[in-house]
Amino acid sequence: MAGKERNVKVRIDNVVKKFNTRKGEMIALNGVNLDIMENEFVSVVGPSGCGKSTLLNIIAGLSEATSGKVYCDGREVKGTGIDRGVVFQQYALFPWLTVKKNVEFGLEIKGMGKEEASETAMKYIKMVDLEDFANHYPKELSGGMKQRVAIARAYAVNPSVLLMDEPFGALDAQTRTQLQVELLHTWEKEKKTCFFITHDVDEAIILAQRVVIMSARPGRIKEIIDVNIPYPRNQETKLLQDYIEIKNYIWKQVYQEYLEVRK
Amino acid sequence: MKTNNDSKAIKDNGVSLINRIPRWLWLLFSLGTAVLLWTLLSINPNTARSFPNIIVVGDAIITMISRGVFFKDIISSLISVGAGFALGFIIALPVAVLMAWYKPVRNIIEPWIQFIRNIPPLAYVPLVVISAGVGRKPQIIVITIATFLTMAITIYQGVVNIDTTLIKAARVLGAKDRDIFLKVIVPASLPFIMTAVRLGSSVALTTLIAAESTGASAGLGMRIRALNNSFESAPMLLYIIIIGMIGMIIEKIIKVLERRLTGWQEKREM
Repeated sequence: MAGKERNVKVRIDNVVKKFNTRKGEMIALNGVNLDIMENEFVSVVGPSGCGKSTLLNIIAGLSEATSGKVYCDGREVKGTGIDRGVVFQQYALFPWLTVKKNVEFGLEIKGMGKEEASETAMKYIKMVDLEDFANHYPKELSGGMKQRVAIARAYAVNPSVLLMDEPFGALDAQTRTQLQVELLHTWEKEKKTCFFITHDVDEAIILAQRVVIMSARPGRIKEIIDVNIPYPRNQETKLLQDYIEIKNYIWKQVYQEYLEVRK
Repeated sequence: MKTNNDSKAIKDNGVSLINRIPRWLWLLFSLGTAVLLWTLLSINPNTARSFPNIIVVGDAIITMISRGVFFKDIISSLISVGAGFALGFIIALPVAVLMAWYKPVRNIIEPWIQFIRNIPPLAYVPLVVISAGVGRKPQIIVITIATFLTMAITIYQGVVNIDTTLIKAARVLGAKDRDIFLKVIVPASLPFIMTAVRLGSSVALTTLIAAESTGASAGLGMRIRALNNSFESAPMLLYIIIIGMIGMIIEKIIKVLERRLTGWQEKREM
Protein backbone atom coordinates (compact mmCIF):
# COMPACT_ATOMS: atom_id res chain seq x y z
CA MET A 1 0.00 0.00 0.00
CA ALA A 2 0.98 3.67 0.14
CA GLY A 3 1.76 3.24 -3.52
CA LYS A 4 4.93 1.27 -2.79
CA GLU A 5 5.78 -1.68 -5.04
CA ARG A 6 5.80 -4.84 -3.04
CA ASN A 7 6.37 -8.44 -3.85
CA VAL A 8 3.75 -11.09 -3.44
CA LYS A 9 4.90 -13.38 -0.65
CA VAL A 10 2.11 -15.90 -0.67
CA ARG A 11 -0.30 -16.36 -3.54
CA ILE A 12 -3.47 -18.33 -2.93
CA ASP A 13 -4.81 -19.27 -6.32
CA ASN A 14 -8.38 -20.51 -6.56
CA VAL A 15 -8.08 -22.94 -3.68
CA VAL A 16 -10.93 -25.41 -3.27
CA LYS A 17 -11.13 -27.91 -0.43
CA LYS A 18 -13.73 -30.63 -0.21
CA PHE A 19 -14.14 -33.14 2.56
CA ASN A 20 -15.94 -36.42 2.29
CA THR A 21 -18.23 -36.81 5.26
CA ARG A 22 -20.93 -39.31 6.07
CA LYS A 23 -23.51 -36.87 4.80
CA GLY A 24 -21.64 -36.64 1.51
CA GLU A 25 -19.32 -34.03 0.14
CA MET A 26 -18.69 -30.94 2.22
CA ILE A 27 -17.15 -27.92 0.57
CA ALA A 28 -14.90 -26.22 3.11
CA LEU A 29 -13.30 -23.73 0.76
CA ASN A 30 -14.88 -22.68 -2.49
CA GLY A 31 -12.34 -20.92 -4.67
CA VAL A 32 -10.25 -18.72 -2.43
CA ASN A 33 -7.95 -16.16 -4.04
CA LEU A 34 -5.63 -13.96 -2.03
CA ASP A 35 -2.21 -12.38 -2.37
CA ILE A 36 -0.27 -11.76 0.81
CA MET A 37 2.39 -9.14 0.19
CA GLU A 38 5.89 -9.08 1.57
CA ASN A 39 6.05 -7.61 5.09
CA GLU A 40 2.31 -7.50 5.24
CA PHE A 41 0.18 -8.39 8.25
CA VAL A 42 -3.07 -9.96 7.11
CA SER A 43 -5.67 -11.24 9.50
CA VAL A 44 -8.64 -13.41 8.75
CA VAL A 45 -11.94 -13.33 10.61
CA GLY A 46 -15.06 -15.35 10.12
CA PRO A 47 -17.49 -17.54 12.00
CA SER A 48 -16.36 -20.98 13.06
CA GLY A 49 -16.72 -23.41 10.22
CA CYS A 50 -15.85 -20.87 7.54
CA GLY A 51 -12.71 -22.78 6.66
CA LYS A 52 -10.17 -20.28 7.92
CA SER A 53 -8.12 -22.92 9.72
CA THR A 54 -8.41 -25.20 6.70
CA LEU A 55 -6.97 -22.42 4.57
CA LEU A 56 -4.07 -21.96 6.98
CA ASN A 57 -3.38 -25.69 6.98
CA ILE A 58 -3.26 -25.70 3.19
CA ILE A 59 -0.83 -22.79 3.13
CA ALA A 60 1.27 -24.56 5.78
CA GLY A 61 1.25 -27.74 3.69
CA LEU A 62 -0.35 -29.76 6.49
CA SER A 63 -3.38 -30.32 4.31
CA GLU A 64 -3.76 -30.59 0.56
CA ALA A 65 -6.10 -28.49 -1.54
CA THR A 66 -8.64 -30.42 -3.61
CA SER A 67 -7.86 -28.05 -6.44
CA GLY A 68 -6.06 -24.77 -6.83
CA LYS A 69 -2.56 -23.88 -5.80
CA VAL A 70 -0.62 -22.00 -3.18
CA TYR A 71 2.71 -20.34 -3.94
CA CYS A 72 5.22 -19.10 -1.42
CA ASP A 73 8.00 -16.91 -2.80
CA GLY A 74 6.89 -18.01 -6.25
CA ARG A 75 7.35 -21.73 -5.50
CA GLU A 76 4.39 -24.01 -5.42
CA VAL A 77 3.61 -25.30 -1.95
CA LYS A 78 3.94 -29.07 -1.68
CA GLY A 79 3.89 -30.27 1.91
CA THR A 80 5.36 -28.46 4.85
CA GLY A 81 8.48 -26.35 4.61
CA ILE A 82 10.46 -24.09 6.88
CA ASP A 83 9.65 -21.14 4.62
CA ARG A 84 6.25 -21.20 6.37
CA GLY A 85 6.29 -21.12 10.16
CA VAL A 86 3.17 -22.02 12.10
CA VAL A 87 1.97 -21.01 15.55
CA PHE A 88 -0.85 -23.23 16.81
CA GLN A 89 -3.59 -22.38 19.24
CA GLN A 90 -2.61 -25.27 21.52
CA TYR A 91 1.02 -24.02 21.72
CA ALA A 92 2.31 -27.47 20.68
CA LEU A 93 5.51 -27.16 22.68
CA PHE A 94 7.44 -30.37 23.17
CA PRO A 95 6.91 -30.99 26.88
CA TRP A 96 10.10 -33.04 27.24
CA LEU A 97 12.27 -30.17 26.04
CA THR A 98 13.22 -27.01 27.89
CA VAL A 99 12.24 -23.62 26.48
CA LYS A 100 15.65 -23.26 24.86
CA LYS A 101 15.63 -26.78 23.41
CA ASN A 102 12.15 -26.17 22.01
CA VAL A 103 13.37 -23.08 20.20
CA GLU A 104 16.47 -24.95 19.00
CA PHE A 105 14.38 -27.85 17.64
CA GLY A 106 13.96 -26.46 14.13
CA LEU A 107 17.51 -25.11 14.06
CA GLU A 108 18.96 -28.52 14.87
CA ILE A 109 16.93 -30.16 12.12
CA LYS A 110 18.16 -27.46 9.76
CA GLY A 111 21.65 -28.69 10.57
CA MET A 112 22.79 -25.54 12.35
CA GLY A 113 25.87 -25.91 14.56
CA LYS A 114 25.39 -26.18 18.32
CA GLU A 115 26.78 -22.78 19.21
CA GLU A 116 24.99 -20.92 16.45
CA ALA A 117 21.72 -22.66 17.31
CA SER A 118 22.14 -21.75 20.95
CA GLU A 119 22.84 -18.11 20.11
CA THR A 120 19.94 -17.88 17.69
CA ALA A 121 17.58 -19.52 20.16
CA MET A 122 18.60 -17.13 22.93
CA LYS A 123 18.11 -14.17 20.63
CA TYR A 124 14.48 -15.10 20.05
CA ILE A 125 13.89 -16.13 23.65
CA LYS A 126 15.03 -12.62 24.58
CA MET A 127 12.70 -11.21 21.95
CA VAL A 128 9.75 -12.71 23.82
CA ASP A 129 11.24 -11.75 27.20
CA LEU A 130 11.74 -15.24 28.53
CA GLU A 131 15.51 -15.37 29.01
CA ASP A 132 15.01 -16.16 32.71
CA PHE A 133 13.02 -19.22 31.73
CA ALA A 134 15.31 -20.64 29.06
CA ASN A 135 15.99 -23.78 31.05
CA HIS A 136 12.45 -24.31 32.31
CA TYR A 137 10.13 -27.00 31.03
CA PRO A 138 6.80 -26.06 29.43
CA LYS A 139 4.86 -27.40 32.42
CA GLU A 140 6.42 -24.67 34.52
CA LEU A 141 5.09 -21.89 32.27
CA SER A 142 1.74 -20.12 32.08
CA GLY A 143 -0.35 -20.28 28.90
CA GLY A 144 0.84 -16.86 27.76
CA MET A 145 4.47 -17.80 28.31
CA LYS A 146 4.01 -21.05 26.41
CA GLN A 147 2.62 -19.20 23.44
CA ARG A 148 5.54 -16.76 23.55
CA VAL A 149 7.89 -19.72 23.38
CA ALA A 150 5.94 -21.07 20.41
CA ILE A 151 6.27 -17.70 18.69
CA ALA A 152 10.01 -17.59 19.39
CA ARG A 153 10.32 -21.14 18.05
CA ALA A 154 8.54 -20.20 14.84
CA TYR A 155 10.62 -17.04 14.40
CA ALA A 156 13.92 -18.79 15.07
CA VAL A 157 13.94 -20.81 11.85
CA ASN A 158 13.40 -17.51 10.01
CA PRO A 159 10.44 -18.44 7.82
CA SER A 160 9.30 -16.27 4.92
CA VAL A 161 5.85 -16.06 6.36
CA LEU A 162 4.38 -16.71 9.79
CA LEU A 163 1.03 -18.48 9.87
CA MET A 164 -0.87 -18.10 13.13
CA ASP A 165 -3.94 -20.15 13.86
CA GLU A 166 -5.89 -18.37 16.61
CA PRO A 167 -2.72 -18.25 18.67
CA PHE A 168 -4.24 -16.28 21.53
CA GLY A 169 -7.60 -18.04 21.50
CA ALA A 170 -6.92 -20.12 24.58
CA LEU A 171 -5.65 -17.24 26.71
CA ASP A 172 -7.47 -15.03 29.16
CA ALA A 173 -8.44 -11.55 27.99
CA GLN A 174 -5.61 -9.75 29.77
CA THR A 175 -2.86 -12.04 28.59
CA ARG A 176 -4.32 -11.93 25.12
CA THR A 177 -4.16 -8.12 25.00
CA GLN A 178 -0.61 -8.21 26.30
CA LEU A 179 0.48 -10.71 23.68
CA GLN A 180 -1.19 -8.68 20.94
CA VAL A 181 0.86 -5.66 21.96
CA GLU A 182 4.02 -7.75 22.04
CA LEU A 183 3.28 -9.22 18.64
CA LEU A 184 2.69 -5.72 17.28
CA HIS A 185 6.06 -4.55 18.59
CA THR A 186 7.81 -7.55 17.10
CA TRP A 187 6.11 -7.09 13.78
CA GLU A 188 6.86 -3.36 13.71
CA LYS A 189 10.53 -4.23 14.23
CA GLU A 190 10.96 -7.26 12.00
CA LYS A 191 8.12 -6.76 9.49
CA LYS A 192 7.77 -10.51 9.11
CA THR A 193 4.92 -11.36 6.75
CA CYS A 194 2.06 -12.60 8.92
CA PHE A 195 -1.13 -14.47 8.20
CA PHE A 196 -3.18 -14.38 11.36
CA ILE A 197 -6.42 -16.22 11.97
CA THR A 198 -8.77 -15.17 14.72
CA HIS A 199 -12.44 -14.92 15.56
CA ASP A 200 -11.84 -11.77 17.58
CA VAL A 201 -12.60 -8.72 15.43
CA ASP A 202 -10.65 -6.36 17.71
CA GLU A 203 -7.61 -8.57 17.52
CA ALA A 204 -7.85 -8.78 13.74
CA ILE A 205 -7.97 -5.00 13.31
CA ILE A 206 -5.42 -3.91 15.88
CA LEU A 207 -2.76 -6.15 14.34
CA ALA A 208 -3.37 -6.14 10.64
CA GLN A 209 -2.99 -3.96 7.60
CA ARG A 210 -5.73 -5.89 5.90
CA VAL A 211 -8.57 -7.88 7.39
CA VAL A 212 -10.03 -10.69 5.33
CA ILE A 213 -13.63 -11.49 6.18
CA MET A 214 -14.65 -15.02 5.32
CA SER A 215 -18.12 -16.38 4.90
CA ALA A 216 -19.18 -19.87 5.74
CA ARG A 217 -20.70 -22.75 3.82
CA PRO A 218 -19.04 -22.83 1.52
CA GLY A 219 -16.04 -20.94 2.83
CA ARG A 220 -14.89 -18.09 0.64
CA ILE A 221 -13.61 -14.55 0.99
CA LYS A 222 -16.46 -12.16 1.50
CA GLU A 223 -14.59 -8.92 1.68
CA ILE A 224 -11.13 -7.53 2.30
CA ILE A 225 -10.88 -4.39 4.42
CA ASP A 226 -7.83 -2.11 4.45
CA VAL A 227 -6.98 -0.91 7.92
CA ASN A 228 -5.44 2.46 7.16
CA ILE A 229 -4.34 3.19 10.68
CA PRO A 230 -0.63 3.94 10.95
CA TYR A 231 1.73 1.96 13.15
CA PRO A 232 2.95 1.98 15.86
CA ARG A 233 -0.36 0.98 17.30
CA ASN A 234 -1.25 0.24 20.87
CA GLN A 235 -4.31 -0.18 23.04
CA GLU A 236 -5.22 3.49 22.59
CA THR A 237 -5.53 2.91 18.87
CA LYS A 238 -8.82 1.26 19.70
CA LEU A 239 -10.20 4.68 20.71
CA LEU A 240 -9.57 6.30 17.31
CA GLN A 241 -12.60 7.19 15.24
CA ASP A 242 -11.20 5.34 12.21
CA TYR A 243 -10.73 2.24 14.28
CA ILE A 244 -14.23 2.32 15.68
CA GLU A 245 -15.74 2.75 12.23
CA ILE A 246 -13.80 -0.17 10.81
CA LYS A 247 -14.65 -2.27 13.81
CA ASN A 248 -18.36 -1.57 13.54
CA TYR A 249 -18.31 -2.37 9.86
CA ILE A 250 -16.40 -5.63 10.18
CA TRP A 251 -18.37 -6.67 13.22
CA LYS A 252 -21.62 -6.27 11.28
CA GLN A 253 -20.27 -8.34 8.41
CA VAL A 254 -19.07 -11.10 10.69
CA TYR A 255 -22.29 -11.09 12.67
CA GLN A 256 -24.27 -11.47 9.46
CA GLU A 257 -22.16 -14.49 8.61
CA TYR A 258 -22.68 -15.86 12.08
CA LEU A 259 -26.44 -15.59 11.64
CA GLU A 260 -26.15 -17.34 8.27
CA VAL A 261 -24.32 -20.24 9.87
CA ARG A 262 -26.92 -20.58 12.59
CA LYS A 263 -29.75 -20.94 10.10
CA MET B 1 3.08 -24.58 38.87
CA LYS B 2 0.09 -22.51 39.73
CA THR B 3 -2.22 -25.50 39.81
CA ASN B 4 0.25 -27.41 41.95
CA ASN B 5 0.14 -24.73 44.59
CA ASP B 6 -3.62 -24.57 44.41
CA SER B 7 -4.10 -28.26 44.99
CA LYS B 8 -1.65 -28.14 47.87
CA ALA B 9 -3.56 -25.26 49.38
CA ILE B 10 -6.77 -27.27 49.30
CA LYS B 11 -5.13 -30.14 51.11
CA ASP B 12 -3.58 -27.81 53.68
CA ASN B 13 -6.97 -26.59 54.70
CA GLY B 14 -7.41 -29.84 56.60
CA VAL B 15 -6.23 -30.44 60.15
CA SER B 16 -2.83 -28.82 60.33
CA LEU B 17 -1.30 -31.38 62.70
CA ILE B 18 -1.89 -34.19 60.21
CA ASN B 19 -0.12 -32.18 57.53
CA ARG B 20 2.92 -31.65 59.69
CA ILE B 21 3.68 -35.35 60.00
CA PRO B 22 6.51 -36.22 57.60
CA ARG B 23 6.16 -39.01 55.08
CA TRP B 24 8.61 -41.39 56.74
CA LEU B 25 6.68 -41.17 59.99
CA TRP B 26 3.47 -42.07 58.18
CA LEU B 27 5.23 -45.08 56.73
CA LEU B 28 6.31 -46.09 60.21
CA PHE B 29 2.72 -45.74 61.45
CA SER B 30 1.47 -47.80 58.56
CA LEU B 31 4.01 -50.51 59.24
CA GLY B 32 3.30 -50.47 62.97
CA THR B 33 -0.44 -50.80 62.42
CA ALA B 34 0.13 -53.70 60.06
CA VAL B 35 2.30 -55.52 62.60
CA LEU B 36 -0.33 -54.88 65.27
CA LEU B 37 -3.09 -56.33 63.08
CA TRP B 38 -0.86 -59.25 62.24
CA THR B 39 -0.25 -59.90 65.95
CA LEU B 40 -3.98 -59.79 66.60
CA LEU B 41 -4.51 -62.34 63.82
CA SER B 42 -1.83 -64.55 65.36
CA ILE B 43 -3.63 -64.43 68.73
CA ASN B 44 -7.13 -65.03 67.38
CA PRO B 45 -7.64 -68.83 67.47
CA ASN B 46 -9.55 -68.77 64.17
CA THR B 47 -6.67 -67.24 62.25
CA ALA B 48 -3.67 -68.21 64.35
CA ARG B 49 -2.79 -71.22 62.20
CA SER B 50 -2.53 -69.09 59.05
CA PHE B 51 -0.76 -66.23 60.79
CA PRO B 52 2.08 -67.30 63.03
CA ASN B 53 3.40 -64.26 64.87
CA ILE B 54 6.20 -62.08 63.64
CA ILE B 55 8.90 -63.78 65.70
CA VAL B 56 8.03 -67.24 64.44
CA VAL B 57 8.01 -65.96 60.88
CA GLY B 58 11.35 -64.24 61.48
CA ASP B 59 12.77 -67.54 62.73
CA ALA B 60 11.60 -69.16 59.50
CA ILE B 61 14.35 -67.25 57.68
CA ILE B 62 16.93 -69.26 59.61
CA THR B 63 15.04 -72.49 59.00
CA MET B 64 14.93 -71.88 55.28
CA ILE B 65 18.58 -70.81 55.14
CA SER B 66 19.60 -73.94 57.01
CA ARG B 67 17.65 -76.03 54.52
CA GLY B 68 19.80 -74.36 51.89
CA VAL B 69 16.91 -73.07 49.81
CA PHE B 70 16.32 -69.51 50.99
CA PHE B 71 18.70 -67.62 48.70
CA LYS B 72 18.36 -70.18 45.94
CA ASP B 73 14.60 -69.56 45.85
CA ILE B 74 14.93 -65.78 45.79
CA ILE B 75 17.60 -65.82 43.10
CA SER B 76 15.73 -68.37 41.01
CA SER B 77 12.54 -66.31 41.09
CA LEU B 78 14.38 -63.11 40.32
CA ILE B 79 15.99 -64.75 37.29
CA SER B 80 12.63 -65.98 35.97
CA VAL B 81 10.90 -62.67 36.64
CA GLY B 82 13.77 -60.65 35.21
CA ALA B 83 14.19 -62.75 32.08
CA GLY B 84 10.43 -63.10 31.47
CA PHE B 85 9.84 -59.42 31.96
CA ALA B 86 12.78 -58.42 29.76
CA LEU B 87 11.65 -60.72 26.95
CA GLY B 88 8.06 -59.52 27.30
CA PHE B 89 9.23 -55.94 27.03
CA ILE B 90 11.50 -56.55 24.07
CA ILE B 91 8.63 -58.16 22.16
CA ALA B 92 5.95 -55.73 23.35
CA LEU B 93 7.75 -52.55 22.25
CA PRO B 94 7.96 -53.21 18.49
CA VAL B 95 4.59 -54.96 18.42
CA ALA B 96 2.94 -51.97 20.10
CA VAL B 97 4.60 -49.52 17.71
CA LEU B 98 3.59 -51.61 14.68
CA MET B 99 0.04 -51.81 15.99
CA ALA B 100 -0.07 -48.06 16.42
CA TRP B 101 1.31 -47.36 12.94
CA TYR B 102 -0.29 -49.99 10.77
CA LYS B 103 -4.00 -50.49 10.97
CA PRO B 104 -4.01 -54.05 9.57
CA VAL B 105 -1.51 -55.16 12.20
CA ARG B 106 -3.66 -53.60 14.91
CA ASN B 107 -6.90 -55.05 13.63
CA ILE B 108 -5.47 -58.54 13.57
CA ILE B 109 -3.39 -58.57 16.75
CA GLU B 110 -5.42 -56.48 19.16
CA PRO B 111 -8.32 -58.95 19.51
CA TRP B 112 -5.83 -61.75 20.22
CA ILE B 113 -4.23 -59.76 22.99
CA GLN B 114 -7.56 -58.78 24.51
CA PHE B 115 -8.65 -62.41 24.33
CA ILE B 116 -5.61 -63.98 25.96
CA ARG B 117 -5.22 -61.18 28.51
CA ASN B 118 -8.25 -62.23 30.49
CA ILE B 119 -7.23 -65.86 30.77
CA PRO B 120 -5.49 -66.64 34.07
CA PRO B 121 -1.92 -67.79 33.26
CA LEU B 122 -2.41 -70.84 35.49
CA ALA B 123 -4.89 -72.10 32.90
CA TYR B 124 -2.38 -72.39 30.08
CA VAL B 125 0.56 -73.53 32.18
CA PRO B 126 0.01 -77.25 31.39
CA LEU B 127 0.02 -76.50 27.66
CA VAL B 128 3.30 -74.65 28.00
CA VAL B 129 4.82 -77.54 29.96
CA ILE B 130 3.72 -80.09 27.37
CA SER B 131 5.79 -78.36 24.70
CA ALA B 132 8.54 -76.64 26.67
CA GLY B 133 9.13 -79.32 29.28
CA VAL B 134 9.97 -78.51 32.88
CA GLY B 135 12.65 -76.24 34.32
CA ARG B 136 13.56 -72.64 33.64
CA LYS B 137 12.20 -72.44 30.10
CA PRO B 138 8.46 -72.77 30.80
CA GLN B 139 8.72 -70.36 33.73
CA ILE B 140 10.18 -67.67 31.53
CA ILE B 141 7.67 -68.38 28.78
CA VAL B 142 4.69 -67.97 31.11
CA ILE B 143 5.97 -64.68 32.53
CA THR B 144 6.90 -63.46 29.05
CA ILE B 145 3.37 -64.08 27.78
CA ALA B 146 1.70 -62.35 30.71
CA THR B 147 3.98 -59.30 30.74
CA PHE B 148 3.93 -58.99 26.96
CA LEU B 149 0.14 -58.78 26.84
CA THR B 150 -0.07 -56.04 29.48
CA MET B 151 2.81 -54.01 28.14
CA ALA B 152 1.87 -54.26 24.45
CA ILE B 153 -1.61 -52.88 25.12
CA THR B 154 -0.35 -50.10 27.39
CA ILE B 155 2.38 -48.92 25.03
CA TYR B 156 0.12 -49.19 22.00
CA GLN B 157 -2.55 -47.04 23.61
CA GLY B 158 0.08 -44.47 24.49
CA VAL B 159 1.60 -44.29 21.03
CA VAL B 160 -1.82 -44.08 19.37
CA ASN B 161 -2.81 -41.18 21.60
CA ILE B 162 0.25 -39.04 20.99
CA ASP B 163 -0.89 -35.46 20.48
CA THR B 164 -0.93 -35.01 16.70
CA THR B 165 -0.30 -31.27 17.05
CA LEU B 166 3.19 -32.15 18.27
CA ILE B 167 3.80 -34.08 15.07
CA LYS B 168 2.44 -31.18 13.03
CA ALA B 169 4.59 -28.73 14.97
CA ALA B 170 7.66 -30.85 14.23
CA ARG B 171 6.75 -31.09 10.55
CA VAL B 172 6.41 -27.34 10.08
CA LEU B 173 9.80 -26.96 11.74
CA GLY B 174 11.29 -29.09 8.98
CA ALA B 175 11.21 -32.54 10.60
CA LYS B 176 11.18 -35.53 8.26
CA ASP B 177 9.71 -38.95 9.16
CA ARG B 178 12.95 -40.08 10.78
CA ASP B 179 13.17 -36.95 12.94
CA ILE B 180 9.54 -37.33 13.86
CA PHE B 181 10.04 -40.89 15.02
CA LEU B 182 13.22 -40.22 16.99
CA LYS B 183 12.51 -36.72 18.26
CA VAL B 184 8.74 -36.80 18.79
CA ILE B 185 7.26 -40.32 18.88
CA VAL B 186 9.97 -41.83 21.06
CA PRO B 187 10.08 -39.14 23.75
CA ALA B 188 6.30 -38.70 23.68
CA SER B 189 5.87 -42.45 24.22
CA LEU B 190 8.27 -42.61 27.11
CA PRO B 191 5.67 -41.97 29.83
CA PHE B 192 3.53 -44.81 28.47
CA ILE B 193 6.53 -47.07 28.19
CA MET B 194 7.34 -46.36 31.83
CA THR B 195 3.74 -47.09 32.84
CA ALA B 196 3.95 -50.32 30.88
CA VAL B 197 7.19 -51.23 32.65
CA ARG B 198 5.52 -50.66 36.00
CA LEU B 199 2.44 -52.69 35.15
CA GLY B 200 4.58 -55.37 33.51
CA SER B 201 6.84 -55.80 36.50
CA SER B 202 3.81 -56.16 38.74
CA VAL B 203 2.28 -58.76 36.41
CA ALA B 204 5.59 -60.62 36.33
CA LEU B 205 5.45 -61.04 40.10
CA THR B 206 1.76 -61.94 40.29
CA THR B 207 2.38 -64.58 37.64
CA LEU B 208 5.17 -66.12 39.69
CA ILE B 209 3.07 -68.87 41.30
CA ALA B 210 1.65 -69.91 37.94
CA ALA B 211 5.05 -69.75 36.28
CA GLU B 212 6.70 -71.86 38.97
CA SER B 213 4.00 -74.49 38.97
CA THR B 214 5.73 -75.83 35.87
CA GLY B 215 7.80 -78.29 37.83
CA ALA B 216 10.36 -75.77 38.99
CA SER B 217 13.13 -77.02 41.27
CA ALA B 218 13.42 -73.77 43.21
CA GLY B 219 11.71 -70.39 43.49
CA LEU B 220 9.50 -68.42 45.84
CA GLY B 221 6.29 -69.51 44.14
CA MET B 222 7.32 -73.15 43.85
CA ARG B 223 8.38 -73.20 47.53
CA ILE B 224 5.06 -71.76 48.71
CA ARG B 225 3.24 -74.57 46.95
CA ALA B 226 5.64 -77.14 48.36
CA LEU B 227 5.31 -75.79 51.90
CA ASN B 228 1.56 -75.99 51.48
CA ASN B 229 1.85 -79.76 51.37
CA SER B 230 3.50 -79.85 54.80
CA PHE B 231 1.30 -77.10 56.32
CA GLU B 232 4.33 -75.00 57.25
CA SER B 233 2.59 -71.66 57.53
CA ALA B 234 5.50 -69.67 59.02
CA PRO B 235 7.87 -70.02 56.04
CA MET B 236 4.91 -69.66 53.68
CA LEU B 237 3.99 -66.31 55.19
CA LEU B 238 7.65 -65.34 55.11
CA TYR B 239 7.85 -66.06 51.38
CA ILE B 240 4.65 -64.17 50.70
CA ILE B 241 6.07 -61.15 52.51
CA ILE B 242 9.29 -61.44 50.53
CA ILE B 243 7.39 -61.40 47.22
CA GLY B 244 5.59 -58.26 48.39
CA MET B 245 8.86 -56.65 49.39
CA ILE B 246 10.47 -57.44 46.05
CA GLY B 247 7.46 -55.83 44.37
CA MET B 248 7.82 -52.67 46.42
CA ILE B 249 11.54 -52.42 45.77
CA ILE B 250 11.02 -52.82 42.01
CA GLU B 251 8.26 -50.21 42.11
CA LYS B 252 10.56 -47.77 43.92
CA ILE B 253 13.35 -48.29 41.40
CA ILE B 254 10.96 -47.71 38.51
CA LYS B 255 9.59 -44.57 40.17
CA VAL B 256 13.07 -43.11 40.42
CA LEU B 257 13.66 -43.94 36.76
CA GLU B 258 10.33 -42.43 35.85
CA ARG B 259 11.08 -39.19 37.63
CA ARG B 260 14.41 -38.88 35.84
CA LEU B 261 13.12 -39.78 32.40
CA THR B 262 9.64 -38.28 32.32
CA GLY B 263 9.72 -35.57 34.97
CA TRP B 264 8.78 -33.10 32.24
CA GLN B 265 5.20 -34.35 32.21
CA GLU B 266 2.40 -32.00 33.20
CA LYS B 267 0.78 -34.52 35.55
CA ARG B 268 3.08 -36.71 37.53
CA GLU B 269 0.94 -38.12 40.32
CA MET B 270 -0.06 -41.79 40.14
